[in-house]
Amino acid sequence: MSDLINFHLIPGLVLGSIYALGAIGLTLTFGILRFANFAHGETMTLGAYFAWTLIQLTGWHPVAVLPMAMGLTVLVALGIDRGFYKPFRASATIMLVIASFGMMLMVRSVIQFIWGVQVKALMPGIQMPVVLFDWLRISPKHLMIVGFALLLMFAVHYLLTYTKIGKAMRAMSDSPELARLTGINTESVIRATWIIGAALAAAAGVLLALDTHVHTMMGFKLLLPVFAATILGGIGRPYGAVAGGLVIGLAEELSSYNWIGTEPLLNPGYKAGVAFAIMVVMLIWRPSGLFKGKVY
Amino acid sequence: MATLKLKDVVGGYGDTQILHGVSITVDPGEIVVIIGPNGAGKSTAIKAVFGLLKLTGGQILLEGEDITNTPPEKVVRNGVCYVPQTANIFPGLTVEENLEMGAYVREDDFRPRLEEIYEMFPPLREKRRQAAGTLSGGQRQMVAMGKALMLEPRILLLDEPTAGLSPKFRGEIFNIVKTVHAAGTPILMVEQNAKQALKIAHRGYVLVDGRNKYTGTGQELLDDPEVAAMFLGGEKTEVEAE
Repeated sequence: MSDLINFHLIPGLVLGSIYALGAIGLTLTFGILRFANFAHGETMTLGAYFAWTLIQLTGWHPVAVLPMAMGLTVLVALGIDRGFYKPFRASATIMLVIASFGMMLMVRSVIQFIWGVQVKALMPGIQMPVVLFDWLRISPKHLMIVGFALLLMFAVHYLLTYTKIGKAMRAMSDSPELARLTGINTESVIRATWIIGAALAAAAGVLLALDTHVHTMMGFKLLLPVFAATILGGIGRPYGAVAGGLVIGLAEELSSYNWIGTEPLLNPGYKAGVAFAIMVVMLIWRPSGLFKGKVY
Repeated sequence: MATLKLKDVVGGYGDTQILHGVSITVDPGEIVVIIGPNGAGKSTAIKAVFGLLKLTGGQILLEGEDITNTPPEKVVRNGVCYVPQTANIFPGLTVEENLEMGAYVREDDFRPRLEEIYEMFPPLREKRRQAAGTLSGGQRQMVAMGKALMLEPRILLLDEPTAGLSPKFRGEIFNIVKTVHAAGTPILMVEQNAKQALKIAHRGYVLVDGRNKYTGTGQELLDDPEVAAMFLGGEKTEVEAE
């Protein structure tokens, strides 16, 4: 029982929160700009590298440099949109998808060029978990990850529900044509989407790096589960993305628990396959996802 | 001065020319109806005002000011609101959020206007926290028009507001149109249900093949035997059946 909670449930929640942050940004871009942004994983990687650099420069705690890393990533995302995606605004979706694929390769190469391909750590040394009631092991960094993820999710919820730009984002996700006819400034909505998407992606990257390490392929490895979470929750549905992220994270971690007998139900090496399986099943069984998203 | 004037408008989509010289005038306080057979360019004429197609000839004047080929997002700021035939609400937003989006370009406090819209359409106040996509057809049209009216437009353009609605709802829509008009907004609308529409119209235009065919007051067109035979005949049995 304590094994289930300590080694599967808690890591599942941690991973799920990280997936959720990534999936919110992906689902917003999908809903508002109408394309699957393959470079989203690289945005997460970039956030982690900015955080690493800021920590080297300042010596501060990762959580302290997180807002700055998010800000820098947002600037890069806005620059990429202005210089790279904007000319494609009226193009067919497939062109944007392919363009984002190219952007993914470019950003990753630039990261490898600047920072090198070696694995880096955000926090040196090993942190000992706190043991409660003799059996519950909680690592402080896991608490930080889940806490910060929750904070960001509430911020997004507030933004989408109570602010003018947030409502305009939902309106444009509902119907871009009507948004234009209504006089909604679609360019500022697109800007807001990149800001939120990149900020959350950067946070996801930094939090994952906090849990594991900084690596140039980390974002690409996140891409599949984050896409699975987006589809599971329903494309264009931020709350669906949160639910989808948590489900995928938990499913991946719980799949390797010894539910039957003493052996893991699924070899931990196949964890990534769980997300893929959920995505495939969802696309066949219910392509609109749990929260009735768009179907393309 | 006319609120809205289309002068010999020529244009279409891409290489397909649909309007071959359409002239329409809406004076202050009027309900003007465009009728005609399918493919006559009725909806296209309204879209032309809103900058949704490229005009190659003619002029569109809003209170004397030339707005020919102005893009939609600017036409809205000039005080022209357009309610498309379909997809005219944000289904995932609540009723109130839809109305708020209608006021998107307003810089001032839109709360008093929101109150006025709720006075005009009481069912909307009741359902203001409900997702607009869950409302009935008639109430969706209320949301669509209320949303457009949030700007206190100088003119409201309606594209077949009764399309796809049952006769019972159609009556409801015409009542809504009358309510909106009574509150002082001039209306230019395209309608398939010509007879009912002409009854509430101050003036009607019959378009055929992208050109003006007949023009007159609503009553004149209703009484015109030629118009009746061509465009109102088919509906006679239906109207009598109601």
